[in-house]
Parts: sequence; structure tokens; C-alpha cells
Amino acid sequence: MGAIYILWLRELKRYVRSRVQIVVSLGQPCLYLLALGFGLGPVFQQAGHGSYLQFMAPGVVGMTVLFSSVFSGIAMLWDRQFGFLKETLVAPVSRMQIMIGRTLGGATVAIIQGTLILVICLIAGFRPHSWFAIPLAFLFVAMIAIVFAALGTAIGSVIKDMQGFQLVMNFLVMPIFFLSGALFPLANLPLAMSIITKLDPLAYGVDGLRGVLINTWHFSLAFDVALLAGIAVLFLSAGAYLFTRIEA
Amino acid sequence: MISVSHLVKIFGDFTAVSDISFDVAQGEIFAFLGPNGAGKTTTIKMLTTLLRPTSGQIELDGLDPTVKQKQARQRFGIVFQDPSLDNEQTAWENMDLHGVLYHVPRKVRAQRTEELLKLFELWERKDAYVKTFSGGMKRRLEIARGFLHTPKILFLDEPTLGLDPQSRNQLWTHVKRLNETEKTTVFLTTHYMDEADRVAHRIAIMDHGKIVAQGTSAELKEQTQTDSLEAAFLALTGSSLRDEGADAKSGLRQMAQMFRR
Repeated sequence: MGAIYILWLRELKRYVRSRVQIVVSLGQPCLYLLALGFGLGPVFQQAGHGSYLQFMAPGVVGMTVLFSSVFSGIAMLWDRQFGFLKETLVAPVSRMQIMIGRTLGGATVAIIQGTLILVICLIAGFRPHSWFAIPLAFLFVAMIAIVFAALGTAIGSVIKDMQGFQLVMNFLVMPIFFLSGALFPLANLPLAMSIITKLDPLAYGVDGLRGVLINTWHFSLAFDVALLAGIAVLFLSAGAYLFTRIEA
Repeated sequence: MISVSHLVKIFGDFTAVSDISFDVAQGEIFAFLGPNGAGKTTTIKMLTTLLRPTSGQIELDGLDPTVKQKQARQRFGIVFQDPSLDNEQTAWENMDLHGVLYHVPRKVRAQRTEELLKLFELWERKDAYVKTFSGGMKRRLEIARGFLHTPKILFLDEPTLGLDPQSRNQLWTHVKRLNETEKTTVFLTTHYMDEADRVAHRIAIMDHGKIVAQGTSAELKEQTQTDSLEAAFLALTGSSLRDEGADAKSGLRQMAQMFRR
């Protein structure tokens, strides 16, 4: 237990100490929120879907959590680079504990980031349909964080250089974000697109957030929760398996 | 304390370590010398559970590290060839994290951390981030950390690489002292013959994955009929240059160094 705690704490310390990083990582979602939220707002309104800011705010929260959690896993690349990973790999604790500590740390940081963005959304004019929805929204934020922190750990265990990192960003993380319905409704999509979005784990997270916060569901609460929980188990197992196989 | 017999490691069609055997007694300082790519680091990695041997037996303090990984890990400390500190944490936090990972009880942890940081002259900087440390300070911190959980064996893989003579000198003084006071067995590799000559009780010379000679410094000189360890080393390993292949990791390392500028 000590090992899980100290590695979780390490992730948190690293986050709190890198203030520039916090500002930078909040900058991108803010840009989406302001540029797209206000820029596409009138078009969305004319199409008869109501306020675009209301619609996309949950998507931007989901995006923040996605990026933050995947990054924390891939940050293992830097630990590999600067050697710290080896220090944990030769320690007399099971790899499982190390993996769980790191992943939970990354997920916690992602939850904090998501919360900050939610606050920024509220300042920008976003209003949930009920304030009681906020705790339930946290459930989804936490589930998205765990799913993708585990995915990040799995990826971080496999890739070994910056090229691999670019590859993952461009061909996995960005598509996960764009195809999740964070920026557009999933209804009435062409068949191919509709199938692809259904394969995207983030789609269920964003749908859950949006459903809870503004009461617009594409799937349903129970379905989203069950599916995310299942994916979390799957990714955590994959992450654990790949992490235990790392040879220094 | 360390007993290795017929150890082999093959990567693909390259034999990195080819049938080596040696024993290190308790409390001994044992040095591994060899040109680049001789298989020293691969051997250390196998001894420290980071690589699985292709064949052969290893015993650390009576335990087979390939079977009883955790128990074996608790018994040794290691200072890697490349740094393995967390730059974003303070010296104290690095020690504390290590202590937690090695199940050192809280009180002992604090007490030993203080002792070791004082011994390695890092106590005044205990609350500074490791990223602000010089190369020598980082090395000292790593070695102090290696001793924190009172290991029975300490592995040092080229610990003095890139250090100035003052730091090297001081570092070995501390290691020797702890070897004497705590009876820690020390297994080291180095490129500096004078260090091996001065510090090690026994020396093994490795080349192309094989141990070509082992014994005390005097024995090696006698065997090759030379008057310095360096001459003995060159007599045993020849004077041709060895080129190590660059892997993805060293490429990445270069990149990170560029970023830090």
C-alpha cells in the first residue's frame, strides 16, 4: 500500500509544482471553448439545437480529462528517459502496485484538470440543468480519467521514443477526441461514422457528462456507466500486463 | 554472497554474456573491468533481476533472483550507469520514496536518510530539487540512496562516469567506509583502472562476454608480467577500439539533453 500511495503522491506533487504546465494544459481547452463555443454558436443556434456552449462544455471537460490522463501515462517515457522508471522497477514491490500508483496518480491529476475546466466553463456562461448533477458528473470525470490513464500506462509501457509518442498522439488520442461527439451531436451521422464513434470509449464518457449536465442523452446513464466500467477493467488489465513485461 | 555459474545472455544472434562464472565473498569489493560492450552492464542487469538470463545460475545471499525476485531485490541496492533520480523532487523526497519502496520503517527511514545525507555532504541541500544538483551531487545522492535500506550487496555500474577527480575520490572514500562499517558487499564496474586498483579487493576482466582473467590487482599484474593494472588490462583485452551500437534509448537521451538547453 505504501508504494501505491508514494507513487500516487509523486504524480500529484509533480502536477502541483509545474505551474506553467497547468496553465499551458488549460489553455487548449479554453481555446476550444471560446473559439468554437462562441464561433460556432450562431450556426448551431440557427440549426435549431440551442446553445452550442451548453452543448460543447461537457465535451471540452471530457477532452481535458482525456488529454491529461493519457499524457500522465505517456509521461512514463520521460521517467524511462531520465532513469527514474528503473528505480521503481528494481524495487522490492510488485509491478502491479507501481502501475496502480502511477495510474491512480495520473487519473487524480486528470480529475483536477477536468474540475478546473468545468469551473472555467461555468464562468464562461455554461449552466448545468441542475446543480445536483455536479456530483454525478464527477463520477463520469473519474471514469474517463481512469480509463485513459490506464490506456496511457499501457501505451507508455510499449513506446520507447518521441516518434512513438507523436504516432500515438496523431493516430490515437486526437481521433479519440474528435470522434467522441465532444464537438458535435452523434445523431444522424453517416453509417460509417456512426460505427466508428460507437467504438470510441470517450463517446460514452462525453455522452454521460452531457446527459448528466444538460440532460441530453444519446445512449443512457446505465449503459454509459456499465460500458465505461467494463472498458476501465479491460484497459487496467492491459496496462498491468504490459507494465509487468517492461525490461529495463 | 554473490555466486554466478555458467551465466549466458543471448540477444537474437548476439551473445552478450557467454558462460561466465565467479564468486564474491561477503564484505568484499569486487570490480568488473572491460572495454565498452564487453557485457558488464548486461551482467549487472541479470544479477539485479532486470534481465532474465538465457541460461546459468545466479545466487545472491543464497537466493535465486530469477525465482525470488522480491526477496532478492530487498537485499541489494543498485546505482545505475545512467541517473535514476526523480529530478522534480527534492533530495529528501527521493530518499523517502526509496525508503517506502524498500519497506524501511518510517523512523529508521528518517534517521538513516539524515545520517547518509550528512555522510555524503548533501544535508544542507536536502530540500533542494535534484534538478539543481551538479553531476557529482546527483551521483552522491544515488549512492546514499542505494545504502538507505541497508542492502547486503551494493551494485555500482560505472558510478564515477563524468565526475571530476575530487568527486571520484570522495565518492570512493565514502563507499569504502560504508563497506567497512556496514559490511556491505560491493560489486562495481568502472573504466578507471586506478579506481579499481585502489578500491577493489578482487578484479575480473571481461571482454566479448567472457571473463578473461580474475584475481587481485597484484595477481593480474603478475599473470601478464606488467607493472600497472592498465598495462595488464590492455595486455588481456588488446588495444583495438570497441564501438557500442546506439539504441533507441540513447537517441532519446540525446534529444532530452537538447530540450533542456
